[in-house]
Amino acid sequence: MVESSRALVGKLKGDKTMRTIEAVQITEAIAKLAVDANYYLTSDVFDALVSGQEKEESPLGKDILGQIIKNACIARDEERPICQDTGMSVIFMEIGQDVHIIGGNLEDAVNAGVAKGYTEGYLRKSIVGEPMFDRVNTKNNTPAMLHVSIVPGDKIKIVFAPKGGGSENMSTLKMFKPSDGVEAVKKFVLDTITAAGSNPCPPIVIGIGVGGTMEKAAFLSKKALARPLTVRNSHPDYAALEQELLVLVNNSGIGPQGLGGRVTALAVNIEYYPTHIACMPVAININCHATRHAEIEL
Amino acid sequence: MSEPIRITLPLTEEKARSLQAGDSVLISGVIYTGRDAAHKRMVEGLDRGETLPTDLTDQIIYYVGPAPAKPGQPIGSAGPTTSGRMDAYAPKIIEQGLRGMIGKGYRSAEVVEAMKKHGAVYFVAIGGAAALIAKSIKSYEVLAYEDLGSEAHARLIVEDFPAIVAIDSEGRNFYEVGQQQYKR
Repeated sequence: MVESSRALVGKLKGDKTMRTIEAVQITEAIAKLAVDANYYLTSDVFDALVSGQEKEESPLGKDILGQIIKNACIARDEERPICQDTGMSVIFMEIGQDVHIIGGNLEDAVNAGVAKGYTEGYLRKSIVGEPMFDRVNTKNNTPAMLHVSIVPGDKIKIVFAPKGGGSENMSTLKMFKPSDGVEAVKKFVLDTITAAGSNPCPPIVIGIGVGGTMEKAAFLSKKALARPLTVRNSHPDYAALEQELLVLVNNSGIGPQGLGGRVTALAVNIEYYPTHIACMPVAININCHATRHAEIEL
Repeated sequence: MSEPIRITLPLTEEKARSLQAGDSVLISGVIYTGRDAAHKRMVEGLDRGETLPTDLTDQIIYYVGPAPAKPGQPIGSAGPTTSGRMDAYAPKIIEQGLRGMIGKGYRSAEVVEAMKKHGAVYFVAIGGAAALIAKSIKSYEVLAYEDLGSEAHARLIVEDFPAIVAIDSEGRNFYEVGQQQYKR
């Protein structure tokens, strides 16, 4: 009996030993990602701004896009934040199930990285510790908005996507009836973008989460914003909807900074998930033109 | 695009009333910062019968919470924040003589009414062009509410600060004009 229990434990453990990662490695990685994401605009976003400037018909819009591109170059060359709103620290972590984190607690390690990156990188600290009454700044941009998932393997992948407040405030979520159909969803997207108008600093990137539960849809809309702008959804219907929505949004006339033009959005990214037979939740999360992210694999 | 109009501060009512929605401007002189928390304190002070921490007659407030300065720089990246969050407070500050606001995004009907009545102008700077805008800011000095960190009320000296007149003192709104032109 004892022997068979041992055999079972051995079988569960497999031959593979856990890979250990020190908590301090996570802290250091996150500190660097915070700074990199805020100083260096990724090439997919930069290229979208350049091609947007070529397409823009409004002379003022063209000039604004030129200044936004110039701003990204100054930020990169002088190593300073692209935008003064260096955001809430949204972090997606995929932790391999064969990883054993030692030398500290995961959340503490993540928050220590945020504090280090925002302090040493001269990034703005924009978090208040309590949202409704005192609203006192935590002074180191913690806590992070951390999303963890456990995946196969022995690596940790970290995506750091700083999220500005002005664009976050323009987010919407609606629980549709399945019978409302795709046309109602398109209208919801256009109504959201029109109401947001100039506020989220167009040209924007639109993240849409469809399906799941209320909070799953919201999570997916945020996750969609971390996908490169050049990558379309692998499902052909959602890929077509992304393209169609981009055309519709760019016909709104909102344009760069809302001052009129053809380039209101750089991309529409949709993520979907299975949902209940009664449900069709849709969440919309908007990013400004400074759609920032940096990632690393440990 | 027409050549930008150069504005040297203070901004008199006459100068403010000469500006039209859609004008590009380059602003030089002293401007003041204030955003959500500073506005709340200013208006709470006024409601208690106190005066503003700074005399804002013929002055401009820039809605900004800058990033910290690196050593050797006067200020960190410093682009505009969304103005609509200041709408609840702005009419009361305009009544105190404020002549201009710099921010980004739409304003409420109440703010536009106060602007028309008192001859004030709403400028917008490019949201997110914060590293570029910081180059036109030559000094940063906190005047009040230091405990608010980046939200403190501060005095800036700017040279050729780039902005656009979004809503003029007659209430003409360039957001509406510009968007109508490109809507399909």
